[in-house]
Amino acid sequence: MVAVKQTVEHVESLEAYKHGFITDIDQEFAPKGLNADIVRFISAKKDEPEWMLQWRLEAFERWLAMEEPTWAKVNFPRIDYQDAYYYAAPKAKDGPMSLDEVDPELLATYAKLGIPLKEQEVLAGVQGAPKYAVDAVFDSVSVVTTFKKELAAVGVIFCSMSEAIREHPELVKKYLGSVVPTSDNYFACLNSAVFSDGSFVYVPPGVRCPMELSTYFRINAAESGQFERTLIIVDKGAYVSYLEGCTAPMRDENQLHAAVVELVALEDAEIKYSTVQNWYPGDPKTGKGGIYNFVTKRADCRGDRSKVSWTQVETGSAVTWKYPSCVLRGNDSSGEFYSIAVTNGFQQADTGTKMIHLGANTKSRIISKGISAGKSSNTYRGLVSAHPKAKGARNFTQCDSLLIGKDCAAHTVPYVEARNGQSVFEHEATTTRLSDDQLFYVMQRGLNQEEAVALLVNGFVKDVLQQLPMEFAVEAQKLVAISLEGSVG
Amino acid sequence: MLSINNLRASVEDKEILKGLTLDVPAGEVHAIMGPNGAGKSTLSYVLSGRGGYEVTDGSATLNGEDLLALEPDERAAKGVFLSFQYPLEIPGVPALTFLRTALNAQRKARGEDEIAAPAFLKLVREKAAELKIDFDMLKRSLNVGFSGGEKKRMEILQMAILQPKLLILDETDSGLDIDALRIVSEGVNAMRAPDRAMLVITHYQRLLDHIKPDRVHVLSAGRIVASGGPELALQLEAEGYDKYASAA
Repeated sequence: MVAVKQTVEHVESLEAYKHGFITDIDQEFAPKGLNADIVRFISAKKDEPEWMLQWRLEAFERWLAMEEPTWAKVNFPRIDYQDAYYYAAPKAKDGPMSLDEVDPELLATYAKLGIPLKEQEVLAGVQGAPKYAVDAVFDSVSVVTTFKKELAAVGVIFCSMSEAIREHPELVKKYLGSVVPTSDNYFACLNSAVFSDGSFVYVPPGVRCPMELSTYFRINAAESGQFERTLIIVDKGAYVSYLEGCTAPMRDENQLHAAVVELVALEDAEIKYSTVQNWYPGDPKTGKGGIYNFVTKRADCRGDRSKVSWTQVETGSAVTWKYPSCVLRGNDSSGEFYSIAVTNGFQQADTGTKMIHLGANTKSRIISKGISAGKSSNTYRGLVSAHPKAKGARNFTQCDSLLIGKDCAAHTVPYVEARNGQSVFEHEATTTRLSDDQLFYVMQRGLNQEEAVALLVNGFVKDVLQQLPMEFAVEAQKLVAISLEGSVG
Repeated sequence: MLSINNLRASVEDKEILKGLTLDVPAGEVHAIMGPNGAGKSTLSYVLSGRGGYEVTDGSATLNGEDLLALEPDERAAKGVFLSFQYPLEIPGVPALTFLRTALNAQRKARGEDEIAAPAFLKLVREKAAELKIDFDMLKRSLNVGFSGGEKKRMEILQMAILQPKLLILDETDSGLDIDALRIVSEGVNAMRAPDRAMLVITHYQRLLDHIKPDRVHVLSAGRIVASGGPELALQLEAEGYDKYASAA
């Protein structure tokens, strides 16, 4: 199509990745490379107690004995773990800061990214607009957490991981590593040794968290990795909705992001965890640079009737390797996974979920929408398993792939293991191509090419977008459209 | 209004339209009839700007404006509407959303304000009722799981909302039973207006019993080989296209 070609040319002239700027700020680094002394350095920087340092060192010992896994359907050059900084932080005075003490350059960065850090700005928004609290993580440290007082009034703890280790050691000791053990996998083990910051949430019994909580992760420093650790504990009958967002500058070298997220839902608790991941995807024409997003996210539905829902919109990263999962331990507990994964240019994504049914009458639901464009590769990989005791377990899985163009690939790799005779697992999968016929039909009614693609793609992902909190759904919709600009041809 | 002069067009280097000339004045309905492979659908696609069709010679203008240089969406904003022989399914996009998005896109392209939601809903309710379309159906994804007749009615509804200047109906009768044909034809007839031209492309005469053309043209091997009044359609029905196939 002539129209298609022109659009492609037009879009190539645009700057597709809108968050690629670098903040010029004084930063403090650990020496390059990784050894036990670096682990001690990070722990000391954070003023951690001895038990935490020992935990890290044990993880580091184990990591040395592990091999990097290769089973994912992704290709990338071997990572030189000695050629990166494991700690980078904006220079500032020690301890938690009030907003007035935060470097204005940092505040400007977040303003540019559209993240409200000033509580009054959130309050000054449209009347009736929901409030949400933000923990802002810049490279290795949390720079500010908002609305802490208001949350504390109802007993909700929302702070950086470093602060939680100092202020709430009993909770951290009890739950850290209880969902994702240090030795779980290569990247989780690495994270356990060198994690720098992340968010900590505790919601006490019976409390419905009065606002959305969110963490905004920003990688800024060059040649550094980000290893954040998030731990969310929702006590009996409590509820929280949490959102994370991620961006990074455009850089020619690859950067590693190996996070661990652990969720614990006790009896009758409910957690909604949403991710809008927009790490720098690398140069769309050459594939150079971009983030390696190797993340371990897992929820333990520990209590009966607990419920966890993962929603993810994955548009960024050069290579994505993540499977937000649910261990359905409590009887009648349920897990959900809603995913939109978009790959364009040279991006590779191998993502999906695991639903491990352990308790009786546990339910899970998986809706995955993969969109591949350009020369990218997009794989759904999922496991649904039922333990012999998980009588009456039910799963429904729907995996849809949409291909745009001729040079991309979509793969679906579902694993199903039912170890009792009373489980019902359903799996539906479709693969379709965005057709020239559909595009022409929509354009004939008056939409230009980009509007037409956006309309068709939004229709494709609608089921998942509906799961996001309203204000983020709108953002996510735009983000998906931007990620696919110039993809038709 | 629509003026086509010596139009030549190819698909994958194969020439389909071989010097087609046709004028449709405002307020008139012209039928294009012809055997399979004559170039009927190609004509509708070339006029509406579908990719893959290369115009090698000639011109096509609407009210004096060159259509061929425009993108499909620009032509739509100028008032070109093609009712598809096989309307496409658009999963996840409710018909109502689709209608409003299309109408606003066209208005924007013409430099007009977007239509307000209450006015839009009133308009849709009114037009849907005329076409006997249940309003709840408009909350479903466009054309997904619709019957052939429902899809064609949705095409006419889009037409009624978008109020185009040039209507091209491509084999609108295909797949319609007699009741659906009547409803669709009434919808099309309601669109007749002094400032609007219609091009009705059909293989069979039966549609023309319902939509009475002012002129009938026979398209064969990429050219108009005969033109006449409505009686020409009846003659074709009786005698077939053989004589024109050899004349071409």
